[in-house]
Amino acid sequence: MNSNKVIYGLYDDDDKLLHATKKLVSRGFTVNEVYSPFPVHGLDTAMGLRYSRMAITSFIYGVIGAFLITLLMWYIMIEDWPMVIGGKPNFSYGQNLPAFIPVTFEATVFCAAHLMVITFLFRCGLYPGRGVFAGSKKYNPDPRTTDDKFLMEICDVDTKKIQKIEIIMKETGAVEIQIGDYKVKKRKKIISIKQYLKNNLSGIFKFLPKKKK
Amino acid sequence: MHYKSPMREPLILGNKDLHDITVDIARPIETKANRWWWALFTISFAAMLWLFGCIFYLIGTGVGVWGLNNSVGWAWDITNFVWWVGIGHAGTLISAVLLLFRQKWRLSINRSSEAMTIFAVVQAGLFPLIHMGRIWMAYWIFPLPNQFGSLWVNFNSPLLWDVFAISTYFSVSLVFWYMGLIPDFAMIRDRAINPIAKKVYTFLSFGWSGRAKHWQRHEVISLVLAGLATPLVLSVHSIVSMDFATSVVAGWHTTIFPPYFVAGAIFGGFAMCQTLLLIARKVLDLQDYITIKHMEYMNIIILVTGSIVGCAYLTELFIAWYSGVELEQYAFLDRATGSYWWAYAIMMTCNVISPQLMWFKKLRRNILFTFILALFVHIGMWFERFVIIITLHRGPLPSSWHDYSPTYIEIGTFIGTCGFFLVLFLLYARTFPVIAQAELKTIVKSSSTKYNKNLHYLDKEELVKLNKINKKK
Repeated sequence: MNSNKVIYGLYDDDDKLLHATKKLVSRGFTVNEVYSPFPVHGLDTAMGLRYSRMAITSFIYGVIGAFLITLLMWYIMIEDWPMVIGGKPNFSYGQNLPAFIPVTFEATVFCAAHLMVITFLFRCGLYPGRGVFAGSKKYNPDPRTTDDKFLMEICDVDTKKIQKIEIIMKETGAVEIQIGDYKVKKRKKIISIKQYLKNNLSGIFKFLPKKKK
Repeated sequence: MHYKSPMREPLILGNKDLHDITVDIARPIETKANRWWWALFTISFAAMLWLFGCIFYLIGTGVGVWGLNNSVGWAWDITNFVWWVGIGHAGTLISAVLLLFRQKWRLSINRSSEAMTIFAVVQAGLFPLIHMGRIWMAYWIFPLPNQFGSLWVNFNSPLLWDVFAISTYFSVSLVFWYMGLIPDFAMIRDRAINPIAKKVYTFLSFGWSGRAKHWQRHEVISLVLAGLATPLVLSVHSIVSMDFATSVVAGWHTTIFPPYFVAGAIFGGFAMCQTLLLIARKVLDLQDYITIKHMEYMNIIILVTGSIVGCAYLTELFIAWYSGVELEQYAFLDRATGSYWWAYAIMMTCNVISPQLMWFKKLRRNILFTFILALFVHIGMWFERFVIIITLHRGPLPSSWHDYSPTYIEIGTFIGTCGFFLVLFLLYARTFPVIAQAELKTIVKSSSTKYNKNLHYLDKEELVKLNKINKKK
């Protein structure tokens, strides 16, 4: 989070933006962020973003939901009060299973959908009222990007590199270029999962007594 | 750019670029409502107040103020419930099923149809509550630990499944709708001049910034929610249908109900979409986005689902005859020739015969015809539920045969829910972006008159004519 030079290139066309991103990435620059009014298809792969794991979380939440509701219905209907209601068999969960399917299904969908959305909001740092008192700078460097403009943000310290980036941006059709020293969170470089685990998990095991040689 | 078949009609007319879309969609929010809006709002608001009056009277006095009797314990209440839930289904179908099928024409209608879903489910949700004899004990349907030795609910009842189905359906639809709204609220926020409006839309937009990673995640969750909402929409109305199908009443106990109710729900829901959008596109001046082609696509779905419903009616009749069960045969004979034959006749005419007119291209591209047909479908689908429910009046025991007629409280409740629905929809139309502009902007290059000059599906004269028609109506 050190005070970087940040270069902003404003584009008015998604194809130009995509082309510029590919060009800059192929020259070895990291496109830190792109603000766009709609999802530009292929931009995430061009920027080198990792695939989103939202779908995986949803699956896990769904499984949890199905398990919990099964546990609840088994406890209520079979274990706690095994009452005979309308002659339905209640000796085991399996005997009365067909009647439990609809609720199991709904609970699975409920958990899968809602918990995934909460995860999405959490991971993107979105919450009701964000930026109400902080002003627009808090969330977006240029308000035109929700209308029809596309803003590319590149962080770099080196002035020479900044000039190179500026030239490429101009070549690829940027309508406005601004250089400033805003405090911008730099996007982490993509690392392999193996490396990620190595970096992050090694800390967890620190509490274990070290083996003496 | 990708290849686009020249056969396809453009979905955005009138040479719109990205900024034009923003301006057009923000206009209803940034301008003041006209006289028509206020007139309609006043009428709907009055109807809504009437609804609340009816409900207070009902709860204060008892369910006996309705025209129900010992044989017909369910009538207008459940009819209206199923009708409203059914209307909601088209919204989810448009936003979820058509998303899975990558139908681009859904983009300019999905926001409004989802709003329609939400508001229709609100109306539907009233009925299971108010038709209870003791509404103040409604919370007993939840399996909450309690002081009665933890007395639980019974998970065998379809009415309990309904609680789970409707609450899941409502909340998931709401979240799905809201996630789509976030980028659009951000657009309104960034345009807002009025400081209060700016604060409100900043609050509503959750601080959306349109970052690449956020968009990537947003697209994934939209797709997953669509994948979850699709089986949800099929299950919810199936569960509603099981209120009848799992009973032992002849005429109700049929295995065809779950798919047939779902088809009917989509049929009725699309008709409501037509009714609302045909007015909205005119009043909000969105004819360039909600075009005749959109109307035609929806009419085709009405035709398909109407045919499925018709097929189900005939299947029911065939099976009743084929079963050899006198009770069931009589149930259907009574429907066709009994004291409610007129309801059955209205249902058959409106649901089976009238949608077949959609085979004619001239008719399904005609706005006035579409509007009238949609009204027919509303009536037909209401009577379908009524016909099914009123089967109760001729049960297995002739000594408990009773006819039923509604009181003005029941009628007032139904009209009141229409008013409440319209109040919500009218407020929505002036404060929310009625078209999912962020998504619509993705097809500007592939499917608009501005960027697709070489469309051969029509010659130039026809295109000009089409533009004119779209502008005029």
